[in-house]
Amino acid sequence: MTTTTLRPSPAGTGIPGKLSAAVSGRVRNVWGMTRRNLVHISREPMQLSDVTLQPVLFTVLFVYILGGGIPIPHGSYTDFALAGLLALNLVTSTMGTAVGLSTDLHGGIVDRFRALPMWQPAVLVGRSFADLMTSCLCALIVAVSGLAVGWRTDASAGAIIGGFALVLFFTYSLSWIAACVGLNSKSPESAASFGFIVLFPLAFISNALVPTQHMPGWLQAVADWNPVSAVAAGARQLWGNPNPSAAIHAWPMQHPVEAGLIWSALILAIAAPLASYFYRRRTTE
Amino acid sequence: MPNDMMIEAEELAKRYGETEALAGVDFAVPGGSILGLLGPNGAGKTTAVRILTTLALPDAGRARVAGVDVVGHPAEVRRHIGVAAQDATLDGLLSGRQNLVLVGELSDMGRRAARQRATELLAQFELTDASDRVLKGYSGGMRRRLDLAAALMTRPPVLFLDEPTTGLDPVSRQRVWEAVRELTAAGVTVLLTTQYLDEADALADQIVVIDHGRVIANGTPQELKEASRGARLEVTLTAPYPRAAEAIGSLTAGRVHTSEDGLRLSAGVDSAPGLATSVVRALDAAGVLVDNIEIRQPSLDDVFFSLTGGHLAPEDDQPGPGAADPEGARPEMEGAGA
Repeated sequence: MTTTTLRPSPAGTGIPGKLSAAVSGRVRNVWGMTRRNLVHISREPMQLSDVTLQPVLFTVLFVYILGGGIPIPHGSYTDFALAGLLALNLVTSTMGTAVGLSTDLHGGIVDRFRALPMWQPAVLVGRSFADLMTSCLCALIVAVSGLAVGWRTDASAGAIIGGFALVLFFTYSLSWIAACVGLNSKSPESAASFGFIVLFPLAFISNALVPTQHMPGWLQAVADWNPVSAVAAGARQLWGNPNPSAAIHAWPMQHPVEAGLIWSALILAIAAPLASYFYRRRTTE
Repeated sequence: MPNDMMIEAEELAKRYGETEALAGVDFAVPGGSILGLLGPNGAGKTTAVRILTTLALPDAGRARVAGVDVVGHPAEVRRHIGVAAQDATLDGLLSGRQNLVLVGELSDMGRRAARQRATELLAQFELTDASDRVLKGYSGGMRRRLDLAAALMTRPPVLFLDEPTTGLDPVSRQRVWEAVRELTAAGVTVLLTTQYLDEADALADQIVVIDHGRVIANGTPQELKEASRGARLEVTLTAPYPRAAEAIGSLTAGRVHTSEDGLRLSAGVDSAPGLATSVVRALDAAGVLVDNIEIRQPSLDDVFFSLTGGHLAPEDDQPGPGAADPEGARPEMEGAGA
């Protein structure tokens, strides 16, 4: 029996005294986790159907089937609907974050991550970044299918990008709420029910697909303060598309871009630390 | 406790709801050696590993890995350990290579270093041909080997292997054993849990037997076998001698059983130095001629079953002393305060 005690140090580690070393380590961890989740999508492309097929389907359904019956003052339903379709598709896609995290927690792989000397929140941040990338793909598909059915905008390139960025930022912050749900759900299936119970009402009780003026009074109040309404109206304002909500006196409808940004920042500031807390709690035994 | 201990557990206790998973467990593993943590399902083996690998917090007691407290500095502990856990803790949707590179990158290896090390390990574990296949298509044995490879990515000085060969075919088991032996030869400290006694016997320098969350035996495989005192004496005589059984009665631990033809004597004996000589002398003094004498050492299975309260099928009509008197099997062992 050899008694030589070899103590090889873990490769590439020094004493992370410098802040920059710690930060670059975290960035590497996050990027590693992001890539892992992107590889997952490439292995199971059907996972992507809710950000690829669904936008096309919804665009056709709403514009050609329902849109004809919804009159929009000063413009076409198609021009009105695109911002709403973008919000609808992106909001419902955050269900993927909840299901994905829940699946990781139940598969045992999180045990592997927790025994590694990595920055533990990278599990959550990497997931959110991968989902943001699929959201960008979704936004692109919404834009292309919108152009195909006749959506037009005269806005500057900056304003157009700004409109997409506003909805994407909101989606990103919402994905942290989805993360909280995924971290607290008993199974991936119950995480999926979050989509139907929370996300669909959130997306539909808004001005995304119909002007809120025709809703009953109490529902209209809810809709006008719904952050989904703010980002949809904000995108319409930036794109120069018809925005009937501009006639509503509620503050978020008067300042939809600001309201959308505030909502998103607020949600992110609360949900991200909360998700980190839930992750620690869920993985502590 | 000496300072060169790479894994130390002191009075570790852990409760999950009503279940007392660990009820005060002590052991220590010197650098470069293999500890076999042996016990039936639900004995607390995995809980001990989870605490030592920072996945679970102990309710009481202390644990140090590479001299670092697992509760106080979990992140530091993680830099020194490699873990191959029982559950599938690899990513089923990544290829074998992607799994290893991910583990490397999350352990602060550079991407290039991680790729290089992954290629090396894939070759070592004969997974090169399958390296770019998605893990879902791997056999159980391939997964186990990849699990072990993942644990070795950073060349950690301390390795935890939770039932590394459960469900493997004999050839794959041998491969894993060889890999573990090579590692300790290079100075790596290994804690391995197993339900297989032959595995502990073949690999471990030291065996800790736990049952119901308590250490019931701790020693080298040889010490445990001796401590069980379950050896059996078998004597074959040239002809039946009525006084033969009486002649050796004082040397055996139980009643001497004589076969019907009177030619074979058997009895449980306590292992003791020179026992065979004493038996032959006693028979010689009684004028008995001996054809053959055998003292059969207990297998580790005998030890295990006697310690955990299970029963071996008794030979003849006489239970072995170890099984009949489990307390008698314990006094020489540490941690017997259960």
